[in-house]
Order: sequence, then C-alpha cells, then structure tokens
Amino acid sequence: MELKEKLLSSFWGLDSSVEVAEHINDLRGDAIKVFEQYGFPSKKQEAWKYTSLNKIVNRDYVLEPKGDIAVDFNQVKKYFLHDLDSYAIVFIDGVYSAHLSQTTHDGMDICLLSAALTKPRFRAIIENYFNKAANSESMVSLNTAFASEGAFVYIPKHKSVEKPIQIIHFSTGNDSALLLQPRNLIIADENAHVQIIERYQSLSSHPVFTNVVTEIFGEKRSQIDYYKVQNDFEDASLIDHTFINQETESNCSVHTFSFGGKLIRNNLNFSQNGEHVESTLKGITIIGEKQHVDHSTLVNHNSPNCESHQDYKGIFGDQSTGVFNGRIIVDKLAQKTNAFQANNNILISDKATINTKPQLEIFADDVKCSHGCTVGQLDEDALFYMRTRGIPKKEAQALLTYAFANNVLETVKIPELKQRINKLIANKLGVNIGFNL
Amino acid sequence: MLKIKDLHASIDEKDILRGINLEIKAGEVHAIMGPNGSGKSTLASVIAGREDYEVTKGAIELSGQPLEELSAEERAHLGIFLSFQYPVEIPGVSVTNFIKTAINESRKGKGLEDMPANEMLKKIKEKSELLEIDRKFLSRSLNDGFSGGEKKRNEIFQMAMLEPKLAILDETDSGLDIDAMRIVADGVNTLKNADNAIVVITHYQRLLDYIVPDFVHVLYNGRIVKSGGKELALELEAKGYDWIKSDVTV
Ligand SMILES: Nc1ncnc2c1ncn2[C@@H]1O[C@H](COP(=O)(O)OP(=O)(O)OP(=O)(O)O)[C@@H](O)[C@H]1O
Ligand SMILES: [Mg+2]
Repeated sequence: MELKEKLLSSFWGLDSSVEVAEHINDLRGDAIKVFEQYGFPSKKQEAWKYTSLNKIVNRDYVLEPKGDIAVDFNQVKKYFLHDLDSYAIVFIDGVYSAHLSQTTHDGMDICLLSAALTKPRFRAIIENYFNKAANSESMVSLNTAFASEGAFVYIPKHKSVEKPIQIIHFSTGNDSALLLQPRNLIIADENAHVQIIERYQSLSSHPVFTNVVTEIFGEKRSQIDYYKVQNDFEDASLIDHTFINQETESNCSVHTFSFGGKLIRNNLNFSQNGEHVESTLKGITIIGEKQHVDHSTLVNHNSPNCESHQDYKGIFGDQSTGVFNGRIIVDKLAQKTNAFQANNNILISDKATINTKPQLEIFADDVKCSHGCTVGQLDEDALFYMRTRGIPKKEAQALLTYAFANNVLETVKIPELKQRINKLIANKLGVNIGFNL
Repeated sequence: MLKIKDLHASIDEKDILRGINLEIKAGEVHAIMGPNGSGKSTLASVIAGREDYEVTKGAIELSGQPLEELSAEERAHLGIFLSFQYPVEIPGVSVTNFIKTAINESRKGKGLEDMPANEMLKKIKEKSELLEIDRKFLSRSLNDGFSGGEKKRNEIFQMAMLEPKLAILDETDSGLDIDAMRIVADGVNTLKNADNAIVVITHYQRLLDYIVPDFVHVLYNGRIVKSGGKELALELEAKGYDWIKSDVTV
C-alpha cells in the first residue's frame, strides 16, 4: 500500500478512546481531508522544486510504534546538554519517557501535549492557541490530523524560566522504518522568558521520517530563544514546520544547526502581529555526502516598526545539496519595517550545490529591506597565509569555516550549547581546534 | 642554511623565475631588491611553498633537506616564515587565537605537546611589548580593518612568536611610518642570532639602515643579476636600476 493510502486508512482507525474536545476532532477531520486532496508535495510545486520526497515516502513505515521501549540514560546522555541544569521533555519512538524527562507544573507548565489536549484545565489555552499559528499546507495538515503527542510549554505572565528546556524526540530503530509526527506547542505569555533546545535523534542508523509541527506564541514583551540541533544519522529525514506568532514588543530568535541527516526541510514561519516586534532567524548548515538541507523561511511583517534579521550560513561538501528560500512579506500597514536577510555559502567540493533565492514582497513604502546571498569557496590566499604559519591545510580550512560561521554563534545565549555547537562543527570538519570562538 | 639552485618557476605557463641561485648561511642577513614585477614576491612564495607556482627546474634545500615535496605547513614547521607583502584579512579569528593555533600546530608538527597556557600568555605579553602592540589589538580579528602599518607590525609580532630559522620579510617596510619602522626593525634585530637568517625584500635603503644586510642581491626578470655588499643598496638608491638592466642580456 502506498504511504498516503496507509495513512488515510490508519486515520479512520485512530484510537478514539482518548477524550479530546470536539473542536479538535473537527480540526483533525478537516486536516485529513486536505492531505487526502493534496497528498505529499512534489517537485512540480514551486516551494518544493529543489527538495524531492520521493525516496522518503516510497517506503513502508510503521505508523504506530510499539512504545514502552526502555532506554537507559547512559545510552542517550550524549544527546542531552547534560552539563546543564535543565527541564527535559523526552519521547522515545513518539511515546513519552518519564524517566528521561524532567517536567513541571510548578508555576508554569512544562509537560506533554497529550495532557494539555485532554485535561479540562488546559481547555481555554488549547482553544486559544492550538492550530492557530499553523497553516494548512498538506504536510502540516497531515501532522494536524494525527497530532496527539509532543511537548507542551506554557509560561505564564512575567515568569522567566530559570533554566533551559530540552525537547528531545528519540527513535530507536526497533521497528524497521518509522514515521513520527510529533506536535509541539509553546506559549510564552506576557513578559515571559524561555529558552528551548530541540532535537530529533535516532539512536541507530535506521530509516525514520519525522514530520513535525511546532507552534510558538510570543505574547506582549515576551522573549523566546529556540535552538534546533539537527545532527542525525544518515537514514533519518526531517520535515520541520515551525510557526511563530509574535505580539507587540516581543522578541523571538530561532537558531537552526543542521549538521546531519538524510534530508532536512526546515519551514520556519514568523508572523509579526504587533508593533516593535523583533524576530531573529539564524542557521548554520554543514553537510557532506549526499545529504540535503532545505531552509524555507517566511517572515510576515504585518505591523509597523518591526524588525527581522536572517543570517544563514552554509558549508557544503561532497555531493551534498542545499536550498535556501527566504521569503519576506511586508504588508502595506507595516511601515518602518526593517528586514535584513543574508545567506552565505561555501562549497568545499565541486560536486556540492546550493540553490538560494530571496523573495521579497513589499507592499509598504517606508521600509528598509536588505538581502544578499553569496556562494563561494574558501579563500585560497587566506589558506596559504595560515599554512605558512604552520597551520595544516585541514585545520586551516576548519578555522576559516569556523570564522565564517562565527557571527551566527555569537547570538547563542546558552554557553554550554555554544560550546557543544563549536565541538559539533569541529567534529563535522574532522579537526581538533584548541579554542572556542 | 638555505640553498637555491637554478630555480625556475612558472604560473599558468608563464615563466617568472628563470634560474635563481642563492645561498644563505645561518647568522646572515640578505636583502633582495629589484624593479616591480621582477619576481621577488614570487621567489618568497615559492620558498614558502605556494602550490600555485610550478617549479619547473632546480631545487631548494633548507639545512640539507630538499623542500620540493613539502607542504607550506611542513616548511613552516622546519622554521620558514614569510611576512607577507599583503597580509590576508581573516575576519572571525582573533590575533590571539590565530597565533595560539599557529604555535600549537607548529609544535604538533614537531611532535611537541601544546604550549602551556601560562607560558603562552607570557610570551604573547613579552613579544607584543617588544613590538609595542596594544593589548586591545590582540583581541581584534586578524588583519581585519588593520591599517597597512598595523598589518606589517602584526606580521613581525607573529614572527617573534614563532621564532623561525629563516624569515623572509617581503616589503615589511612599506606602509610603516618612521617610528614604526624603527620599532619593527629593532624587533627584528632582537630576534636575530647566529642560528637564524633573514631575507629582507625591499625597495628602499631606509630599512637597511636599521637591518643591516651582509649581502644585497638584485632580482631582475626572474634572475639575480647582481650581488654585492650593503653598499650596493646605496648605489641602487642613487642610480636606480637602468645601469643594471642595460648590463643584462635578455
Ligand atoms: N598568480 C599570478 N598569475 C599571473 N602572473 C603572476 C602571478 N603572480 C605573479 N605574477 C607575475 O609575476 C611577475 C612577478 O611578480 P612578483 O609579485 O613576484 O613581483 P615583485 O618583484 O614582488 O614586484 P613588486 O616589487 O611590485 O612587489 C609579475 O609580472 C606578476 O604579474
Ligand atoms: Mg612583491
């Protein structure tokens, strides 16, 4: 059976014993119809021109993994920032793992979406926020139709979460090929501050296809810093849809570190719905072999006096391929918008390719928008210069690459994470550099 | 220490060095002068191991070891240092981090452990004071936005840190003001000893007043067409190159 058919028939057989509000059942019903109509995207669609899902969807996936798989902390410790005191919401093959997690309901809620969807005390929040930021593209709808589990974070007014939250979705590979569809919902209420680190990680090399939707709401004057660490095995694919709605004077940053996996598509959508909003979108991609990473960003400037900063760096080796599609829409109401976008790439192999495309749609007249993309090689003169000082070629390349990616790391606010990313970059480049930038 | 025999080098099939012969012994200072485009920087790059140039004939040896098969970094580990005519800007890497990496990679190349942090700090302090380099300067990105003179001074700071056996200074004087030239020259003289050698590439006599050469060579059209003592530099300063050029059969 084709994956689409399999999903459709599975939907109608979904376990309906879990009590959820009527409107959620309606949402799911509507969503599955969208997916039924449009199916998986194809390269014929402009938005998917350079990213083909063929190889991924033509596979037989287990849709409902067995669950209750015991994983020892020591086995997965390395995927945590374990030198950091943090909250953790951890899933194994889509099922919540209590013993790996550290959740709380003390003055804020850092817990499970399934709890939020079913418990009456979250009813108002769910009605207000659930599926309110997500769009109804086919892949998003597919997730919405099946959405039942994931991370739920609600930070009430004026609360600053004192330590970061790690959201980690593991897949074990105990089922041969796995399709996972987590759904995360993050809400920072007025003047709340929160930092989140998110990771989708297989524990062995096995086919896994994750189609995740994360909705993030930043209310007035809230501050959200969200970090995505993508460094998965060679047979893991990730389609990530992250939607962020920001209100007046809120500040939200999303950093995406894409270092591994078979195919990664990051759809990152910001919507600025109040004045003086600041949005930051940053990314470092370092891939090789036949890996593929696609960043499709969209910033909707709907209100006046807002800013957005996008800075994506890519380093592509071997036969890897990259896509950057950065869309900025400035509504006619959004006067005094300041939108900045940069996408700089280095190809370290002549078989690697990158397709980069800025798309600016500006309907207001008093705005500052700048964008630029570059594709180049490492500077030969700089390499020679460094080598004459005794730095071997490989280290010199790594140092230059570091330097190239440096300003993206500057805005990482969690020192332990910054250090980890530094190490990942060094590993990725196969060098040992004796300092942190 | 350095022996160059009938060295020919070309780039894109264009011959630039056409038979260079040069011998430099430990403890000596050699000056190389010559008109623009004569091949001085090319010679320096070829000695340092730039792969863009093809050595079509001849050989270079350092202390009896042929350099032909060695990469630029391996040559650096043997003690060759090139101060660039145009130092390269490397945004995102601080002067300190760069020099630390260079020193430790060089040590690794020689099979040594990393330099202990306190020793490194002491050395950085000592050498930056020698060249009167401000501390703030050391945390800036390497050569990024440095003035011409600052770049040159930074090159000599790196030389002081790396303590090479053979230092080639390619137009280190250009861009330096008069005071800076004295500071840099004093620095170079402090580093000079009986076991190392220095090659100074310059257009002007002035630097040679401070760093006094044992030999002066004139490079023209890819060959050393004249060699002499330090008085040759004075003669060139007075007469220019025409009298030499007309002597040469091309
Ligand atoms: N990469 C290159 N491609 C083509 N020609 C080159 C290249 N590098 C050097 N040359 C040529 O080789 C010749 C020698 O250049 P070089 O830089 O060595 O001269 P120089 O003696 O250092 O001159 P200057 O005094 O102006 O610094 C010049 O004619 C130059 O144009
Ligand atoms: Mg020159």
